[in-house]
Amino acid sequence: MKPILSVRDLAVEYRTAAGPVRAVRGVSFDVHPGESLALIGESGCGKTTLGLALLRLLPAPASTPSGEVLYRRRDGEVVDLLRLGREELRRFRWSEAAMVFQGSMNSLNPLLPVRDQMRDTVLAHRRMPAAEIRRLTEDVLRKVRLDPARVLAAYPHELSGGMKQRVLIAMSLLLDPQVLVLDEPTTALDIRTQRAIVDVLRELRERLGFAMIFVSHDLPLAAELADRVATMYAGRIIELGGVRDIFYRPRHPYTVGLLDAVPPIVGDLPALVSIPGGPPSLLDLPVGCPFRSRCAHAQDDCAAAEPGLEQVGVVHTAACYHIVPADRRVIRGEDVTNA
Amino acid sequence: MPDPLIVLDRVSHVFAGRSGQTRAVDEVSLELEPGKVLCLVGESGSGKTTTARIAAGLTRPTAGTVRFQGTDIRSLTGDAATGFRRAVQYIHQDPYSSLNPVRDVFGTLAAPLRRHRVVRGREEVRRRALELLTDVDLTPPENFLGKYPHQLSGGQRQRVAVARALTLAPRLIIADEATSMLDVSIRISLLNVLLRLRDDRGVAFLFITHDLALAKYFGWHGTTAVMHEGRLVEHGPTPRVINEPAHEYTQALLAAIPLPDPDRARPRAASW
Amino acid sequence: MRSKAGFAGFVVFAALVLIAVVGPLFTPSHLATDMTAVYLPPSGSHLLGTDSEGRDIAVQMINGGRPVILVGLLAGAISTLIAIVFGSLGAYLGGWVDSAIVSVTDIVLTVPQIVLLAVLASLYTLDSPWVLAVLLGAFAWPYLLRSVRAQVLSLKEREYVEAARLLDLGTPHILFREILPNMATFIMMNFVVTMTNAIYALVGLYFLGLAPIVDDNWGAMLNKAWTRGAVFYSDSLFYVLAPVIAISLLQLSLVTMTRSFEEILNPRLRQS
Repeated sequence: MKPILSVRDLAVEYRTAAGPVRAVRGVSFDVHPGESLALIGESGCGKTTLGLALLRLLPAPASTPSGEVLYRRRDGEVVDLLRLGREELRRFRWSEAAMVFQGSMNSLNPLLPVRDQMRDTVLAHRRMPAAEIRRLTEDVLRKVRLDPARVLAAYPHELSGGMKQRVLIAMSLLLDPQVLVLDEPTTALDIRTQRAIVDVLRELRERLGFAMIFVSHDLPLAAELADRVATMYAGRIIELGGVRDIFYRPRHPYTVGLLDAVPPIVGDLPALVSIPGGPPSLLDLPVGCPFRSRCAHAQDDCAAAEPGLEQVGVVHTAACYHIVPADRRVIRGEDVTNA
Repeated sequence: MPDPLIVLDRVSHVFAGRSGQTRAVDEVSLELEPGKVLCLVGESGSGKTTTARIAAGLTRPTAGTVRFQGTDIRSLTGDAATGFRRAVQYIHQDPYSSLNPVRDVFGTLAAPLRRHRVVRGREEVRRRALELLTDVDLTPPENFLGKYPHQLSGGQRQRVAVARALTLAPRLIIADEATSMLDVSIRISLLNVLLRLRDDRGVAFLFITHDLALAKYFGWHGTTAVMHEGRLVEHGPTPRVINEPAHEYTQALLAAIPLPDPDRARPRAASW
Repeated sequence: MRSKAGFAGFVVFAALVLIAVVGPLFTPSHLATDMTAVYLPPSGSHLLGTDSEGRDIAVQMINGGRPVILVGLLAGAISTLIAIVFGSLGAYLGGWVDSAIVSVTDIVLTVPQIVLLAVLASLYTLDSPWVLAVLLGAFAWPYLLRSVRAQVLSLKEREYVEAARLLDLGTPHILFREILPNMATFIMMNFVVTMTNAIYALVGLYFLGLAPIVDDNWGAMLNKAWTRGAVFYSDSLFYVLAPVIAISLLQLSLVTMTRSFEEILNPRLRQS
């Protein structure tokens, strides 16, 4: 199956007072129709920048000096999103691909009821008679398990955080996009609300079949929602694989470190270790592997040049000269063998 | 069994809102014992932060009493009041606003050291500041003395906040979601610093969090209390609360936690 | 300094102050009236020409800066000091202290400045620069106080202020070492604005004749230029232009200088 989105060597650069900073330094990946990809990383790794770049939603000081974002439209034609003209981009957004931003709960206009905001979103991209818009908005709200009668007339402050997040997910689905990009969809929500959002997203994917790219720092979320996972560090993808590959057979020391830092809710008390140090400054990246200074497996050759993504499994790549051996991963006191 | 440091006795905090009264905290009773950890878990609006602030003496309850070593804190004056203030410290959630942006790390630590004459003389103050920074794993400590908050990462800032809280040798530290705004890989190291303080210095902790998994890690040898809409719904030794939750709210919270295990998370056979 | 405009402003201001302070040491302090040299155009011996009494304008300009700048500085300092001390105390302490301070401020605000000055001028001789400075300062502080109070009210809710309270650092320390340093740029800018307003008010006083002219100062020159009709003749243009340009330059340099303040006073901008 041909991918619906192909990113090739994408770079994003910010103009800052201290000089240009590359927040994304050559990222490549494919997303297939109906597939869900998680971009996992911590602050400063470039994941949010990457998410915004995919739909050309970056703020002014940012630019994409190199790379392509190839998108296969519904009519089969492949276009490079980075080269689309303004009008084409407007038509592309929302109907082909849509985005749910971070801190969405605060993206709703506090002065307008939900009904108006949804209508405005539709009208910004399509002409549609009022009756049809109403039917569409009611339909899409039901899909996210919200009661249209209650929500459409409400103002944002009358809705809970979880409801607002669902409204935003609904809004992104208004024009039936093929790809949905979500930036930290569950952060800042209560744990039970997070569970509701995860369930809603899972259900929507099954019913509507869109491809999903979501950005998060929460690794367990990827276990719930992702088919494939990419871990990012210092502006690059350092490991990419199927969800079971990443959780049961992680090969990059950073991915292993992230997994080891998740306190398990089941089982006895584990001895948890965190990754020492902090991420490097993007202004002053060291030569060689950027994770080197924090890595327990680092050796001399790690300082020479930055490792590229190499095949470590069937559909599994990692950027490391000394990948962690594919031993059994011990999860919750049970051995999980390499299937 | 030693006497508890802080006792919250049927404490309530009610305030009048537009739609009648809101019981942010509803008849909560807790005991904080010396050298022990108590994790207070709840979602937003559960009242856990208000309870923590009441225990710290920052907010006055509308009903009930808070006792420090047996005495109602409202009746403390003079030296006794200072004693309470020194014994109970607080770490805020947001490392980006809990440090004064125009003061460097040395200034932040020196202020309480000098004010309360913990040590005298510039050399002694400097030496003590270096000790405190080492205690919170900010090494080499000399590198951090002259830094301003904007030059530090979130994790480093939180450690400075902990060091600041330690300046007066407190017996209890109340940590209000102290790790929520930190990266996942750094949270554990901060918690390990706090656990070491409990082991080495006998500091007790009241740890507020919405993350039961963190409560389990941090409070394994202590107790966990679960709050829901202002009330305490469950309270007991942490292993018991986590593994055999009695209240359905606790059970619902535990069921909602995502597992870092794809096969368990999704029962369907994944083709990837 | 990254701000070129700010640096330029500072240079001009420093130059004006230097001339005003040091210049009079080199010029005769008392110029004799010479009716044969009335309204002479600029020449080698009289760089800017002469005035209606045959006195050198350039000399008057050099002598005349000091009273204006001095009074402006003093008035600015007095009102800024009052505003800071009472504004921050009221905001931080709250309660009846705050209410009292706000009430007094409101009362003073309602007093019409010019009218009161005119009345005072008719009753007393407002010749001493100290008296003038105090008077002008007394009218400027209410606006400033309200600003300072609003800022402190906002800053006192910051978490690092709460942390300072938890460490029992004491109200004076918290106000002067935690809160006010965060307002350094704000205070400097307010001081500059107050100073410029005082200078305008002072020049206005001289111009309107409400303050008696005892020495050559820029305001006095304007008054004389107007009353002696210097504005109507092209020969005597410098008599009017020189003080106007000097005053404008002073104000402009003061205001432009403020662009560099943020850089100097904010540690976040100083180091990367």
